[in-house]
Amino acid sequence: MQIEFEMTDDILIANLDGELDHHTSTVVREEIDKTVEAFHSKHLIFNFTKVTFMDSSGIGVIMGRYNKISQLGGKLVITGCNEYIDRILDMAGIYTIAYRINTVAESIEKLESENTDEEAEGGDER
Amino acid sequence: MNGKIGKNELLNRMKLEFLNRSENESFARVAVAAFAAPLDPTVEELTEIKTAVSEAVSNAIIHAYEEGEDGMVTVECLIDGDRRVIITVSDSGIGIDDIERAREPLYTSRPGEERSGMGFTVMESFMDRLEVESAPGEGTKVTMIKNLDYVL
Repeated sequence: MQIEFEMTDDILIANLDGELDHHTSTVVREEIDKTVEAFHSKHLIFNFTKVTFMDSSGIGVIMGRYNKISQLGGKLVITGCNEYIDRILDMAGIYTIAYRINTVAESIEKLESENTDEEAEGGDER
Repeated sequence: MNGKIGKNELLNRMKLEFLNRSENESFARVAVAAFAAPLDPTVEELTEIKTAVSEAVSNAIIHAYEEGEDGMVTVECLIDGDRRVIITVSDSGIGIDDIERAREPLYTSRPGEERSGMGFTVMESFMDRLEVESAPGEGTKVTMIKNLDYVL
């Protein structure tokens, strides 16, 4: 499992590549947490386009990252899942805590529009 | 073994044994998929089988033995003339005291570890049949059956 990160403002994109199971989930978890912390990312996009296999270990990884990101008002987006990964995530109710969006570009757009809404409402409590 | 399982003719059978190391999860699912390949399953069926094997083997690796304890996990696979793939994943670990609760969606015995508790639910959903036999101190045996579609 390889992870390539991309940053745009306060959004971190984790491009996962390979197989996500219990064995590889440890590294994925650590790498994402480390990077979110280092770059003070608010929102997180999981890009599954290059994930060739995932079992229910992926659910735990996503739920754990949601718990961290949402504490600071961040949002989670899942993109690029094949139908099997999508089925597993849906089964666990992941789409009640994360957005399911078709492409990375649309995901960024969605998160940026939420940031704008927040500013307009004066909802930024800093 | 007389070469028969009920009325279905046994086509092939294999058995794998490996240590409870998490790197063996991918080995186990790939091996089962390769073994079932002569039945010419669809990509969908193969993915479902691989996912279910991964769940059962991960469960054994995570839960069967004490932390740091070496234990063996066994995967057996049979394919028969009725296009059935029968997979058994077993261990000789601590066992499960409440199987019904363990099978409930979202139940996990280790809530602090980011475990989803969806393993059995995924196995049930991706396979046609799931049976769990276990008792405290006597290990766990998970049997899963997949009926492959007939190619028209």
